[in-house]
Amino acid sequence: MELSLTAKRLVLAAIGAVAAILSPALAPQAEARTLRFAFQGELKSVDPYQINESFSLSVNTAVYEGLVRRGPDMKIQPSLATSWELLDPLHWRFHLREGVKFHEGQDFTADDVVFSAQRVRGPGSDLKGRIPADAQVVKVDDHTIDFVLKTPNPLLINEWESWAIFSKKWSEEHGATEATAMNATTPPYAALHANGTGPFILISHEPGVKTVWKSNPAWWDKPRHNLDGVVFTPIANSATRVAALLSGEIDWMDPVPLNDQARVNANPDTQVLAGPEVRTIFLGMDQQRDELGHSSVKGKNPFKDIRVRKAFYQAVDEEAINKKVMRGQATPSALMIAPSIYSQSQDFKRLPFDPEAAKKLLAEAGYPDGFEVQMDCTNDRYVNDEQICQAVVGMLARVGVKVDLNAEPKSKFFAAISAAGGYDSSFYLLGWTPTTLESFNVFQYIMGCRDAKTNWGGNNVGDYCNPKVDELARQALQEPDESKRDNIFKQAWQISLFDDVGYIPLHQQALAWGVSKKTHVIQRPDNYYIFAWVTMD
Amino acid sequence: MIAFIIRRLFASIGVLIAVGLIAFVMFRYIGDPVNQMVGVETSAAERAQLREQLGLDEPVIVQALRFLLHAARLDFGMSYQFKQPVSSMIGARLPATLELAAVASILSLLAGIPLGVYTALRRDSALAKLFQALSLVGISLPTFLTGILLIYLFSVTLGWLPSFGRGEVVPIGSWWTTGLLTLSGLKSLIMPAITLALFQMTLIMRLVRAEMLEVLRADYIRFARARGLSERAVHFRHALKNTLVPVITVVGLQLGSIVAFSIITETVFAWPGMGQLFLQSVQNVDIPIMAAYLLFIAFLFVVINLVVDLLYVCVDPRLRASVRGAPG
Repeated sequence: MELSLTAKRLVLAAIGAVAAILSPALAPQAEARTLRFAFQGELKSVDPYQINESFSLSVNTAVYEGLVRRGPDMKIQPSLATSWELLDPLHWRFHLREGVKFHEGQDFTADDVVFSAQRVRGPGSDLKGRIPADAQVVKVDDHTIDFVLKTPNPLLINEWESWAIFSKKWSEEHGATEATAMNATTPPYAALHANGTGPFILISHEPGVKTVWKSNPAWWDKPRHNLDGVVFTPIANSATRVAALLSGEIDWMDPVPLNDQARVNANPDTQVLAGPEVRTIFLGMDQQRDELGHSSVKGKNPFKDIRVRKAFYQAVDEEAINKKVMRGQATPSALMIAPSIYSQSQDFKRLPFDPEAAKKLLAEAGYPDGFEVQMDCTNDRYVNDEQICQAVVGMLARVGVKVDLNAEPKSKFFAAISAAGGYDSSFYLLGWTPTTLESFNVFQYIMGCRDAKTNWGGNNVGDYCNPKVDELARQALQEPDESKRDNIFKQAWQISLFDDVGYIPLHQQALAWGVSKKTHVIQRPDNYYIFAWVTMD
Repeated sequence: MIAFIIRRLFASIGVLIAVGLIAFVMFRYIGDPVNQMVGVETSAAERAQLREQLGLDEPVIVQALRFLLHAARLDFGMSYQFKQPVSSMIGARLPATLELAAVASILSLLAGIPLGVYTALRRDSALAKLFQALSLVGISLPTFLTGILLIYLFSVTLGWLPSFGRGEVVPIGSWWTTGLLTLSGLKSLIMPAITLALFQMTLIMRLVRAEMLEVLRADYIRFARARGLSERAVHFRHALKNTLVPVITVVGLQLGSIVAFSIITETVFAWPGMGQLFLQSVQNVDIPIMAAYLLFIAFLFVVINLVVDLLYVCVDPRLRASVRGAPG
C-alpha cells in the first residue's frame, strides 16, 4: 500500500512522540532523600488503635509514639516518658518528657496520656489489652502520671511502643475520640489523618494505594535517619515487587520470596537482609473433643493419648523441613518461643526425629496401622506454609498416619479455627509472635486452658490444658525480676512441651527484607519497620 | 421502540438484582470478615459484639435485601478493612481503571484493525503468516505472564518504563484524576495497556481478517471492481466499512470484559484501580467492597449491552421493522 503524504507525516510524528516518551528523563536527580518502601499488604489505617496487626502498628510508630519504645537491641527505652518507677507493686509512676509538641503544634502533657489511655480501652479500639481494663490512670501534674493496677503486672509496658499517644485537643476537635464506630456511616477522621509526636508527619494516605510522610524537623529526639520523606506503596504481586527492587524503583521491600533471594543478592545494587523472626511455627492437635471432628477414628480422640502426640512429634523431620522447604533459612526450635526472647532456650533440645520409635508408640497406643486425620493449613500466611504442611503429610505417611491436607487462604482458615468458628480443627499448623516479646504471652494465649470469659487460652485451638502450667505462668507474672521469671517459665516449658507434648514446635521462620545497597536499614526480629533508623547514601 | 426499551430496562434491573443476591450469598463461603478486622488477641466476646454491630449474625436473606435497598440509593456501606465509604473508595479508583481500559481498547483497535486488514489482503505473504502465528501467542499467554515478562524486559533489564503504579496524576474537576497529562503517568500506562490489550488485539485482528475475507467475496465487491473502482476504494471505502459493523459490536461487549478482567493486570502492575481494590478485598473478606464491585460490573455489562443493541437497531433498518413488530 502506498501511504499518502499526510499519513507518512502522521507516522513520523508518532514515532517521534514515542521516542520522546521512552528516552530517559532528562531532569536532574532531586536532592530530596525519599525512602520508597513496599510491602505485600496494605496499610489499613493510620489510626494505630484500629487494628492489632504488626504491619500497621510498626509503620504508624513513624508518626505516633508511645511512652516507651524499643531500640535496635530490642530493649525498652524511654520515649515520651523519660523515666518510670514502681512506688509499690501496683503503682507505676511515669515522668513525662517536657517540651514535646504534636505535629500540629499542641503541647504534649499528662492530659494527653490520660485521654489516650481512655481511647485505647474505648469502643472501636483493637488494642484494649495494652492497659488492663481495671487500671486507673491518674494525673499527678502536667508531666507526671500514675497507673494504679489491681494486680501486679511486670509486663505492663512491654507493648507500649505501639500504644500511641494522641493529642486530646486534636482528637476532640476532629471528633476522633473513639477509634472507630464499627457501624459508623461517616468515615473516622483518624483513619486518614494523623497528628502524633513522631519523627515523620503524615502528608497523605490513600488506603491501598499510597501513603506519604515527610520528615519532622521539630522532633524532640536526635534523628538517626537522613530522610526527607517516605513513600509507601503496597505491591501484592511478589514478582512485581522483586522487579521494582531490581529496577531501582523502590529501596526497601518485604518479603522477598525464598526462590528470588539468590537473584536479589546477585544483582549488584540490591541485597537480601535475612535474619531470624520471633514468630514460631508449630503444629497443634485437638485435645479437647472426645471424638475428633475430622478423622477416621470413631468413639475416641487419639490426640488425648500422649503416646500419639509424641509419635507425631518424632515422625516430623524438622531438619529436613528446614533444609529443603525453608532453604536453610529457618531456625529449628525446641520451644514455642524464639531464643532471642527467652534466656534459657539453650537448655532445651527437640525430641529426636525417629520414625521407628513413632511407629512403636502408635502401636502401643492402639493404632498399629495408623489412622486418618485432616490437617488444616494456610497457604498465604506464613513463609512456605503450604509446603511445610505437605512435607509433614509425607513424613506422617511413613509412620502409617494418612493425613488429608486442607490448605486454604487465611481468611477461611482463621474463620474455622477461631472461637467464632468453634475451634474447628483436629490437626493444624499455626504461627505465633508474642507481642510482649516474652514467654507469658505464649502461655496466656496459646498454652492456657481455654476460658471464654477472660480470653485466657483464646488462641489455644486444640485446648491443650494443664492447670499446673497455668499456675506457673500466673506465678511468673507476680515476679518482677526477669531472670527469676524465666526460671519459673523453664518449668512451665518443660511440662507443657516435654512432659505433656502439648504442641509440636517446628521453627522460627526467617525475615527476608530486600534493600538497595544505598539504603541502610536495621532489622528487628519482630519485623517492625522503623523509618527513623534508615539512612540512605 | 419505546416498548422495546422499557422491556430491556426491566430485564436489566432483574439481572442486577439477581447478581446482587447471588453475590451476597456466595460471600458467606469465603471466610469470616471479623477475623480480618481484628488482631489475633482480640477476645471471642468482642468479636461476637462486632459481628452483632455489623449485622453479620442476621439471616443471609435479610442482609442481602438490606444491602440491595441501600445499593439502590448508591449507598454501599463502609469497607470493613479501611473504614471508608465504599462508594467513595470505588469512585476514587474508577478513573484509574477506566483510563487503563479506554487506552487498552484504543490500542487494540489501532493495532488490531490494520493488522486484520493486512492479513486479509495479503493472505499468503510471509508477514501475514507471522502475524497469524504471533496472534496465537497473544491469545494463549495468560495476562499475568505477559505482564511479568514486559516488566522484566522493560523495567529490570532496560530500565525504560516503571514497573508499578500510575505515576504522577493530575486532578481534573472534582473527581477525575488522569495520568495522561504527565510523563510518568504516560510511561506507567504503556505496559499495563499493552498487557490488557493483547488478547483484545488478537481477537480483533482475527475477527477483521475473517470478516474482511467474507466481505471481499461478496457480489457487490465484484461489481465495484467491475465498475473500475481502484483497489484502495474497493478495500477501504466499501469492504472495510461493512467489516467494521460486527467488529464494533464485539469491541463494545469486550469493553465490559476489559474493565472486569483488568483485575489481573492491575495486580501485576500494582495499578491503583478498582480491580486491585477488588482483589485486596477478596483476601481481606471485605464484603461491602466485593458486593459493590460485582454490582458495578454487572451494571456496566448491562448498560453496554443495552447501548449496543439500541445502536444496532438504529443502524440496521432491517431490525427496526422487527422491533416495531411485524405490521398486521
